[in-house]
Amino acid sequence: MIISVASGKGGTGKTTVATNLAISYEGDVQLLDCDVEEPNAHLFIRPDITEVKTITTPVPEVDMGKCTLCGKCAEICLFKAIVVIGKTVLPFPEMCHSCGGCMAVCPEKAITETRRELGVIERGVRNGLEFVHGKLRVGEAMSPPLIRKVREYSRPDALTIIDAPPGTSCPVIASMKGADFVLLVTEPTPFGLNDLKLAVGAVKILGIPCGLVINRADIGDDRVREYAKEEGLNILMEIGFDRRIAEAYSKGDMLVKVMPEWKSRFLSLLRQIKELTPRKNSENPDEKYK
Amino acid sequence: MKVAVTSSGKNLDSAVDPRFGRAAYFLIVDTDSLEFEVVDNSDNINAFRGAGIQAAATIGNKGAEVLLTGFCGPNAFKTLAAANIKVANEISGTVREAVAAFKEGKVSFSNSPNVDGHW
Repeated sequence: MIISVASGKGGTGKTTVATNLAISYEGDVQLLDCDVEEPNAHLFIRPDITEVKTITTPVPEVDMGKCTLCGKCAEICLFKAIVVIGKTVLPFPEMCHSCGGCMAVCPEKAITETRRELGVIERGVRNGLEFVHGKLRVGEAMSPPLIRKVREYSRPDALTIIDAPPGTSCPVIASMKGADFVLLVTEPTPFGLNDLKLAVGAVKILGIPCGLVINRADIGDDRVREYAKEEGLNILMEIGFDRRIAEAYSKGDMLVKVMPEWKSRFLSLLRQIKELTPRKNSENPDEKYK
Repeated sequence: MKVAVTSSGKNLDSAVDPRFGRAAYFLIVDTDSLEFEVVDNSDNINAFRGAGIQAAATIGNKGAEVLLTGFCGPNAFKTLAAANIKVANEISGTVREAVAAFKEGKVSFSNSPNVDGHW
């Protein structure tokens, strides 16, 4: 089962919820930190990293000895990542989305693959919890290909918890698509509500069941709860605005370790998620998604 | 010689458009006769990405040897360099004034882009 923890607004508590949920579960569990632009779940999980892998993506390289300047490669590229100009062909590897179109249409077979580095993936364990995260190369503009590589570590027989990036754009979609359940962490502020609505909109398009966690639940106003009621969204857990929680977070400590009463609350959250998730066949959506 | 000028309108008295990739028009001006061709760049203005690259390819295909514009980013500059098109940035005034300044040798050509790329 795959649970993706997303939010819309940043800083609402995705990582707090994702890490504590993963740590609380005593079965076969893995945590995939898909916030590859600024991964931070490792600061709380503190895994022993045993595997580091550089991830690359294919980009075109042109053999000008074979090229006849026909321009078919430039014509098919949606992203203007290859251009025929004067007597040469210029690829712009940093803009390439690796679709392979230019290679497929080149009548002279003048285009071959070279690689652009996307970043690294690190894998490790901590007390039986499998941990994987991606770290995007500084300067790299596209994170979804690296996110999809992190998600390839998803095992169908395990409980897979994904810590998604904030927002509602491509990296978030890449972190939610194919999940069995999306857990949206929000806060009862106007900003939290605004971005929650955007996130709910995205989840609806993907057709994934979702539920809410309201963090810092005793600040702000009631508009998030009213919205949840109107939309028929279940509020599965509320976390109060508590100094002890903030202190634990600032030290990289787990909430369930500092305040052990939270463990049963996270397990109850997991039970509710399972109840809200329709039964499906054993096929792994991440397999399909590759 | 043909010179490409980024223009906000369709004639020589239009103001130079400071943007290159997302300029409203390109005027491809013959420096001897001042005859010109208007290239509508509206498709490129709303391009998701790669406007500068496409603009450079467009003016290259029109046979321009020089570009007079306001700002030119790294990808556009690289493409223009591959096409051997010289770039003069920070041009202002009308298209006519820009071409006159070029003919009098009053514009300076740049060796590098003068703005950062944007994502």
